[in-house]
Amino acid sequence: MFLTYLRRELRRRGKAALVVASGLALGIALVIVVSSVSTGMKRAQDEVLESLYGLGTDMTVTKAQQPPEEEERSRRPRFRFDAGQGGEEQSNERLAVQGFQTLGADTVGTIAEQDGVAAAVGGLSLNSVTVDGEFTPGEPRGRGGPGEPAGGVEGGGADFRVDTYTLYGTDVRTPGLGPLTSSAITDGRGFQEDETGADVAVVDSAHARSEDIAVGDILDITGTGFEVVGIATADSGQPAAQVYIPLERAQELADAGDAITTVYVRATDSQRIEDVESAVLKEVPGTTVTTSADLAKTVSGSLGTAADLAEGVGRWLSYAVLAAAFLVAGLLTSSAVGRRVREFGTLKALGWRSGRVTRQVMGESLANGLLGGGLGIALGCAVAYAVTVAGPTLTASLGAAPGTATAGPGPARGAGRLLEQEGERALEIALTAPVDLRVIASAVALAVAGGLVAGAFGAWRAARLRPAEALRRVA
Amino acid sequence: MYRLTGVTKRYARGEKSVHALDGVDLTVEDGERLVVQGPTGGGKSTFLQMLGGLDRPTSGSVELDGTDLARLGESKLTRLRAERIGFVFQGFNLIPTLTARENVETALVPLGVKAAARRRRAAEALESVGLGERLGHLPGEMSGGQQQRVAIARALVKQPDVLLADEPTGNLDESMRDEVMEVLEGRWRTHGLTFVLVTHDSAIARRATRVATVRNGRLTTERVDRPEGGAAGRSGGMAGGAARR
Repeated sequence: MFLTYLRRELRRRGKAALVVASGLALGIALVIVVSSVSTGMKRAQDEVLESLYGLGTDMTVTKAQQPPEEEERSRRPRFRFDAGQGGEEQSNERLAVQGFQTLGADTVGTIAEQDGVAAAVGGLSLNSVTVDGEFTPGEPRGRGGPGEPAGGVEGGGADFRVDTYTLYGTDVRTPGLGPLTSSAITDGRGFQEDETGADVAVVDSAHARSEDIAVGDILDITGTGFEVVGIATADSGQPAAQVYIPLERAQELADAGDAITTVYVRATDSQRIEDVESAVLKEVPGTTVTTSADLAKTVSGSLGTAADLAEGVGRWLSYAVLAAAFLVAGLLTSSAVGRRVREFGTLKALGWRSGRVTRQVMGESLANGLLGGGLGIALGCAVAYAVTVAGPTLTASLGAAPGTATAGPGPARGAGRLLEQEGERALEIALTAPVDLRVIASAVALAVAGGLVAGAFGAWRAARLRPAEALRRVA
Repeated sequence: MYRLTGVTKRYARGEKSVHALDGVDLTVEDGERLVVQGPTGGGKSTFLQMLGGLDRPTSGSVELDGTDLARLGESKLTRLRAERIGFVFQGFNLIPTLTARENVETALVPLGVKAAARRRRAAEALESVGLGERLGHLPGEMSGGQQQRVAIARALVKQPDVLLADEPTGNLDESMRDEVMEVLEGRWRTHGLTFVLVTHDSAIARRATRVATVRNGRLTTERVDRPEGGAAGRSGGMAGGAARR
């Protein structure tokens, strides 16, 4: 009887039921779309961050930026050319540490010992600057004798070309962590764990294309030939460097001793990242720790704007629509009960308990809610699918992170430093709107809640209805 | 047997108080057929609702076989209505979305009768009022007389002790009225139930064993004499000792 009665009533009040269901459907669809787009935004941000960090890296540790000291000034590359070799082609290549700020190799061990750290490896980021060309000395003009103009130099000049590229010394013993994890080997192979001192290199595909480098070629780095064993392609955005060589060889070539510029850290659990960050700042003073959360704050551009919109306006808008839908559904249900006073009064006169009448009202409302939920899920999934198919492109600009934790003196530049080393990045990411089971479950829960909330209005009225009053009102 | 003692029902209308019933004393014997008459707004429907346990008196007692309905808890009162009292309303009060059979079944739902038995008993009840061919029809597909017969089947399907009818022929034309009254009286005769009927129709009143009149909240009764083979006539006064006013 319950289901028969419920089905017939829903059919009788088809339009009203559809209005209630449509309102709920709209709210639920909005929640699904906003949630799925937010998930898509998060994935896009993760993708952007992975392009910086590489998969599996939870944080990086770098030395806090400090004013350059005299010693550091002396480490800046200097180019010397012989003016006596007029007209001859001359070339000089120098390797300089990115940002001139380094950490000792023991930093890796210290960080690796901290609770919550699963793995830590060091890396050395270098800049290769090659200056080559011709230097022609000038000719002396006159002697400056009496009645003659003062002596000078005539002619001479220089025609130089400057080539730069970025080079990264990577710890080949831990291939799962470090700058190369943001790229995939698309030709040849990656480093082998026993190639710590080998003259082998992996070249980024874009650099290889522009410089016409292929697997098997010999790459000259400050006079040492490195065999190109693989070509790597960044998963998205720009690579960490254009050329990768084993860390020890990079340190030797740059005459950097055992220095490193960056420690890549993987936490045992994502929940422990903050603890690890605190521990590192305490144990290794004078460093900057940059977590993925810090980097996320640096994402701007249309991706950042859209993510902010989805998180802020979108979420609140969907909640507001949902609340309005609940309210309208409740009022309509209550109004429907008002129109059915005689019906419910009669049923109570026949001996139906208030609870049974209430259940009937709630059941109808719940069915309405589920209908709205079904429509909302279908609509929400369709819109999310349309967003994914359309794949609107969002631009992610990565800038300095204002909130990056820094220990020790010096300006808090944090991720900005990392980014500064690699330049301002602008990546284009196609937006997706994935709908997962959790979102669907939430939608069903909302539909049930909507039905119950709406039904509660009417059920409350129906429960309070006294049969004599109900029958008298329509007599 | 009903025994009403000093039943008063007051309604507050603003600052004023309206007496729908004012100190009614009455006894209705088992199997009696009582017709209640009176002017509109005189308290007839309120009186019927007191008997049916749909409303409670402001003061006084309404006893059905010794149980005071005025003091019965809501749950027990609901149960009593479900088991012992059948209602027929002027406006039929059928659920418009349910078929004739399903409407009759609604009276068996609170009794916990299983679905199959419910369907069978509802069909039998409709057969007994001559609607065996209309089981699957919706109220909107039936005439007023047929709808009222469905309502009668709904009231009687649970085999109540008491049948309370509030103007059951008020919305029907003369032929339908006779049709409905024949069904009601036939069932009263065969089942021996107590039958209290509110009506404005004098022709129906003449067919009662006793007529009660409610005017300004006060109730008087008179017994209807029914000579052998002759027309009914009223003896007047306070017949049978049932009337107190």
